[in-house]
Amino acid sequence: MSSGPIIELEGITKTFGTGAAAFQALKGVNMSIQRGDFVAVMGPSGSGKSTTMNILGCLDVPTTGKFRFLGTEVQSLNKDQRSLLRRRYLGFVFQGFNLLARTTAVENVELPLVYRGASKSERHASAMRALDRVGLAPWAHHTPAELSGGQQQRVAIARALVTDPEVLLADEPTGNLDSERSIEIMEFLGELNRQGITILMVTHEPEMADFAKTIVHFKDGLVERVENGNRVRHGKHEGVTA
Amino acid sequence: MFGTTLLLAMREIRRHLMRSFLTTLGIIIGVAAVITMVTLGRGVTADIEEQISSLGSNLYIVFPVQGERGQFRAFDEDDVTAVREQIAGVKAVAGQVDQNVTAIHNGQDWETKVEGVSNDFMDARGIDMDDGRRFTPAEEQAGSNVCIIGPTVLEEIFIPGQSPVGERMRLNNVSCQVIGVFATRGSVGGGGDDDNSVFMPLTNVQRRFTGNNNIGYMVISYDSAYDGDTMTNSLIDLLRERRVLLAGQANDFDIVDTAAINETVASTVGTLTIMVAAIAAISLVVGGVGIMNIMLVSVTERTREIGIRLAIGALAREVRMQFLTEAVVLCCFGGLVGILLGFLLSFSLSSALGFPFVFDPFINILSFVISALIGIMFGYFPARRASMLDPIEALRHE
Ligand SMILES: Nc1ncnc2c1ncn2[C@@H]1O[C@H](COP(=O)(O)OP(=O)(O)OP(=O)(O)O)[C@@H](O)[C@H]1O
Ligand SMILES: [Mg+2]
Repeated sequence: MSSGPIIELEGITKTFGTGAAAFQALKGVNMSIQRGDFVAVMGPSGSGKSTTMNILGCLDVPTTGKFRFLGTEVQSLNKDQRSLLRRRYLGFVFQGFNLLARTTAVENVELPLVYRGASKSERHASAMRALDRVGLAPWAHHTPAELSGGQQQRVAIARALVTDPEVLLADEPTGNLDSERSIEIMEFLGELNRQGITILMVTHEPEMADFAKTIVHFKDGLVERVENGNRVRHGKHEGVTA
Repeated sequence: MFGTTLLLAMREIRRHLMRSFLTTLGIIIGVAAVITMVTLGRGVTADIEEQISSLGSNLYIVFPVQGERGQFRAFDEDDVTAVREQIAGVKAVAGQVDQNVTAIHNGQDWETKVEGVSNDFMDARGIDMDDGRRFTPAEEQAGSNVCIIGPTVLEEIFIPGQSPVGERMRLNNVSCQVIGVFATRGSVGGGGDDDNSVFMPLTNVQRRFTGNNNIGYMVISYDSAYDGDTMTNSLIDLLRERRVLLAGQANDFDIVDTAAINETVASTVGTLTIMVAAIAAISLVVGGVGIMNIMLVSVTERTREIGIRLAIGALAREVRMQFLTEAVVLCCFGGLVGILLGFLLSFSLSSALGFPFVFDPFINILSFVISALIGIMFGYFPARRASMLDPIEALRHE
């Protein structure tokens, strides 16, 4: 595919509400992300991180500005076209797991494949493979209620991975986990990144951000600062430009 | 994809089995009510038709009624002959006269009636023989003392398990020889027991019992290929002429056409059935509203699930399909249970009420299709609401 950035945001604003109650959560965000990057998004609460992730995840559209994803102008797509984009290219790990209750881990992981029209046996095989990647194959037939927080988060990651997405978006993937589990998850994300998946992740914890190649700092609905290059751990690369 | 949606719907229904059952109760009752009403209606119609056809089909029954001056004028054998010879399309004509008598045999007596008839009469009314034989032409001509007894008489005063043919019996003080037993005719419209009767040749009954040449009524069997109205009109004209009725004077006789009764009864019962079934169908609609209510609750309860599905890449129409399928499956399930219940109800009711049970596949299929349609109609709105949810809002829902 093209060698240009996989994601480009240009002057993105997002306003919630109208009239006197209107609130501008994003005030003109610019960034571009290269294929294969591992980006940590940081910033104080309310700075617009989740809002940006939702736009990147094609769940929401910006009020103004341009969002180019794999060369497609997403802001001009309708709801269903955005769904198709999500289904095909994106994996999303939500803040707070969001697994289907009373549904086994493997069925949760199968879910995205249902909408891709995969056959039952294909679905099951891929889901088991994804669970195996996150080390949860033995728990395949447990429901979320029977799994620990870390295990649930890994099921959520398996669900995001099962479609072999180009980009994995994760909104505070370690928000509900203790530091040991968190490091496990981060190491796993690092491994996925080395396998070629572009990762964007929101986090509050600098230790977790250390796993990323690039750190984007948000403040008051704007990108305040981008750190890269000095992340020697993963070598030199072209990362985000603000 | 559709198979998956169907499985998903089934699983969701199984998860809330009690609620699903209560939700579909309206549909179940509605379908069962419609099927029971229609089936009973069919049964009643069949019952009445059977009774009427026991009169004989394609038959006129002609009997005198009060004339304008309050008098009855009976028919006689000449009228019978005139009808036989002058009306086109007539297959057989026979007169009948009857009188109440006491039958005595074997020292037992039994209140019955003697009917003066002929083989033609038995043909026209479709009366078969259970035992023995009919009259010979000579017996009819001469008015011999031979009789054909009805099943009730046989049962009451003859020895069980033994043929009465050849036995002698007395009717009042007339002695006669039993030559046969006629087959049951059933009873017509509650007018007593038609099987409690003894047939003798008409002329004999006129001579020995009634003492005149009158006949009570005529039965005329006709060829259904002839035009009914034309035949009725020429019959009326002939009888008026023979009874010397002036223009403007009302008929002092009545003609009942069994084919016409059949039609009237069938259409009356049909109309009633449709009315009652329509009332029952209202409960189907009420059932549909119940489905809609629960589906709306379900959409609210499962907002988060819907959010997850949408976020993962489900299209609006796929979510809509999922909820619509659930509603339709619920309704079809209700329809099936309703059909079963309707079958049991109508079966036990018709046997309790003594009607024949007439299974009507059409109304069963129709009820099923209508319940599915109700699922689509009342499931659409909740399903649409589910599909229009915003994924972000839905995910945030607690
Ligand atoms: N649907 C909404 N309606 C109104 N305001 C909203 C909505 N979503 C977000 N906001 C506002 O937009 C701002 C940015 O929200 P966002 O969720 O992006 O913050 P965040 O950086 O993710 O914060 P946190 O670290 O607490 O998750 C907040 O002030 C929030 O109140
Ligand atoms: Mg957030």
